Amino acid sequence: MLRYTIPLIIFIGLVLFFADGLQRDPRQVPSPFIDKPAPELGVPRLKTPDQEIYRSDLLGKPALVNVWASWCVACRAEHEVLLRLARETQLPIIGLNYKDKREAALQWLANLGDPYTTIAVDADGRVGIEWGVYGVPESFLLDPQGVIRYKQIGPLTWKVVEEELLPLIQSFETQGG
Amino acid sequence: MIRMLLLVIALMGTQAFAADPAIFEFDDPTQAARFQQLAEELRCLVCQNQSLADSHADLAGDLRREIHQKMQQGATNEEIVDFLVQRYGDFVLYRPPVRPTTYLLWFGPALLLVLGFGVFIVSMRRRNQSLTPTLSEAEHRRMAKLLEEEDL
Repeated sequence: MLRYTIPLIIFIGLVLFFADGLQRDPRQVPSPFIDKPAPELGVPRLKTPDQEIYRSDLLGKPALVNVWASWCVACRAEHEVLLRLARETQLPIIGLNYKDKREAALQWLANLGDPYTTIAVDADGRVGIEWGVYGVPESFLLDPQGVIRYKQIGPLTWKVVEEELLPLIQSFETQGG
Repeated sequence: MIRMLLLVIALMGTQAFAADPAIFEFDDPTQAARFQQLAEELRCLVCQNQSLADSHADLAGDLRREIHQKMQQGATNEEIVDFLVQRYGDFVLYRPPVRPTTYLLWFGPALLLVLGFGVFIVSMRRRNQSLTPTLSEAEHRRMAKLLEEEDL
């Protein structure tokens, strides 16, 4: 009896192992930045290009850094979520306008509404590389000390906001941050 | 239809040149070869089954530019790879590093081979034992007799 059950158990084990592997999304590359300090920004602001924005400007409160571009189709769907997030919470949303044209970006905000506290301009994608961005949209949740605590690859959904972002923000507050 | 196909093939041809490292200038051919080798060892995050050297993705172009610039500044291969791993994780490497979390990946197949060979040897031994006939005195005599009869 044992000579049949042992191979069967091994086989079932392998099936479960591969099934788990197949169900993972290969596009979700784990970020090496989780629990590390956010990289520097040091680029001009979209609306006031003579002013630059730095990492130090994001400290003191939790903040969401959202990488977006007017040419990015998925960003359009995500925009609704960001608007709702801005409306319903106090969370500052910092845009990182990635490889976009200034005019197109401003037009986008005029047409669709502006959920951002402020927007950094990454015209040539350099900041994107520093932050490990490999596709737009991506979003980073920073704790009040400027440490990246969560990264969303692809559009934010309200489900992610409720299940991931808000509980994390709550936990920052209980930590007394 | 055929014309369309030809057009598509022609366009693919021109696209391939977009990824040609020749657009970067190097001081000498060994530098160019080093660049090419580095770009082939690193994975493009966008088209994940392509290397940075092969990928036409925008990001791959940016990262090639970054590698080129770092080389010009005198960075070693190790420094360049570290730069990318810090930002994109081990995933950018086609050859994963050997560390406890990847031991199974690196040594799993060899382990399976050794285990399988062990099981094979053990089962062969067992089979041999069960096949070796053990006859009683009476059976021996009877067999000898039967064989003798056959000879006749």
